Amino acid sequence: MSTAALQTHGLGKRYGRRWALRNCTLSIPVGSVVGLVGPNGAGKTTLLHLAVGLLSPSAGSIEALGEPVGSDPRHLTNVGFVAQDTPLYPTLSVAEHLRLGESLNPGWDRELAGERIGRLGLDPSQRAGQLSGGQKAQLALTLAICKRPELLVLDEPVASLDPLARREFLQDLMEVATEYEVSVVLSSHLVGELERVCDHLVLLAAGNVALSGHVEELLASHRRLTGARRDPERLPASQEVIEASHTDRQSTLLVRTSEPIHDPSWAVEEVGVEDLVLAYMGRTSDPQQARPQLSAVRR
Amino acid sequence: MRWLAARQFRVQAAVGFGALLAVAVLMLVTGLHLRDLYDADCKAHVCSGGAERFVTKYHVLRALLGLGVLATPLLIGLFWGAPLIARELESGTFRLAWTQSVARTSWLAAKLTLVGLASVLVAGLYSLMFTWCVSPIESVAQERFNLGAFDEHGIVAIGYAAFAFALGVLAGAITRRTLVAMGITVLVFVGVRLGMSLGVREHLMSPVKKGYALTATPELGFLASPSGVIPVAGAPRLANAWTLSSEIVDKAGDAVPEATLHEFVSAHCPRVASPPSPAGGAGARTASPPARNEFDSCVSLLSTQYHEVVYYQPANRYWTFQALEMAIFLVLGALLAGGGFWWVRRRLT
Repeated sequence: MSTAALQTHGLGKRYGRRWALRNCTLSIPVGSVVGLVGPNGAGKTTLLHLAVGLLSPSAGSIEALGEPVGSDPRHLTNVGFVAQDTPLYPTLSVAEHLRLGESLNPGWDRELAGERIGRLGLDPSQRAGQLSGGQKAQLALTLAICKRPELLVLDEPVASLDPLARREFLQDLMEVATEYEVSVVLSSHLVGELERVCDHLVLLAAGNVALSGHVEELLASHRRLTGARRDPERLPASQEVIEASHTDRQSTLLVRTSEPIHDPSWAVEEVGVEDLVLAYMGRTSDPQQARPQLSAVRR
Repeated sequence: MRWLAARQFRVQAAVGFGALLAVAVLMLVTGLHLRDLYDADCKAHVCSGGAERFVTKYHVLRALLGLGVLATPLLIGLFWGAPLIARELESGTFRLAWTQSVARTSWLAAKLTLVGLASVLVAGLYSLMFTWCVSPIESVAQERFNLGAFDEHGIVAIGYAAFAFALGVLAGAITRRTLVAMGITVLVFVGVRLGMSLGVREHLMSPVKKGYALTATPELGFLASPSGVIPVAGAPRLANAWTLSSEIVDKAGDAVPEATLHEFVSAHCPRVASPPSPAGGAGARTASPPARNEFDSCVSLLSTQYHEVVYYQPANRYWTFQALEMAIFLVLGALLAGGGFWWVRRRLT
């Protein structure tokens, strides 16, 4: 792919003296479904708002679909956004929200909008303020998808939903993304939810990119080692320790390595996305330590 | 974009124009009634029962409706201006509105145009209806240029409304809180309006100066000042003009110090300068019948040396002042609206 769905170079955003996001360099290929994870306050919302032009960078640059964000408002035609808590106009009905979408977006797909509202069982005359959390999220997603964007950005879309609504929402999102070949970036602090739907993962911690890459590659290159207690410093150079915990007798290490582990004294296990995220989140209290990893992890 | 702006404005517009309609009916009935009374009682600005009676009979009604004219721009700033951006920022819906395929400046332009035009329309119509409604009273009272009356009549309300609306919008954009923006709107609007009415307005054009012989001044009296008893000349009544100030001057046209006036009175009419009554000296007094002759001769003596000059804005400048003041507030409103655009584009990022 020649252009990235989302590409940032040294991107930073500062509020007063505090950097909400710092030195963020990422490249997300077109067609990916990217999970943006990290603890609350890690800068996820800031990054997504930068991606849709609600914020402008304090440092660095950000491009969506090959064009600098915010350079031209028409650019927004190709980017759909579902904001956190899925804001809607409470006094406007479902049908009026569709009309809003239609009047504000030249590429509005009226047929798709009608079809989706029917399938989701939303009453067009109902006011948005009376919808359930799940219905609101679905309506917000409908607004974002019916402008037929190439990139869809969602900020914590399932945070306020119950588990069933969450699953339905993500399933719907995946169907839409596949059918209309949309690149998707969605944030969540619920790693488990993202594991099922994302092929890319970006981990933000304390305003820095702690980990970024293709999920399968990330999983393939990380192993959990359990064995008799030993000093992690004495591991082979090809094995980088991400997280280490020790009991009196036993050491448990999470290492990244591109080579198979032959040492028979280790019990080697594969790791899940959640373990990986937690391990990287644990070590980013010192950003200086985390940063050199990026170039190695990125594809 | 215009559809969304109109849809969002629907309820507020219904309330505003509904209230205007109710007031319009009230004013139509009142205005016709006042015209009947005028025709029955008055002719060419003169009423058989006296101007005072005709005017004071309806002064409560006139004051209440006029208060509405004064309050309308402020209410517009509070309930149409302040929430325009602030409510979107508070509720987060700006994230929905600003991520459609329309620039946020176009979004703001659509809202500002629609609600701004409605603002000047409502305030302007109210003011003009009021002007029509009470015009029989005003034609008798002949004081439309005075402070207060000037602000309630004619076209200035259009400027006030544009200013208040843009002020509310900008305050809402900056503070991001509707209630805080409302508070700021009240303070700034009232402050600027008072500053204009009490300070700036009289200087928009240099006043006209006119001399009066003291014998021709309607309200001449003697007042015990710290310097002693001095003559005080009231301003003559100039129909529909705005009298700014008056003073007693000498033949050279210079203002006369109180001490000099007192000396003159003491020297030439001692009975006026130190009245026989035991309570004498306190407050303004007009001559009591026994002292009438002395009073008159004292005034005659004074008028040989001194006369009164009155500074005023003549009645024929009324519409010039209306237009000037409206223009000033329209420009202020436009500047604030420009600030709103700048803020939304540059600072809310």
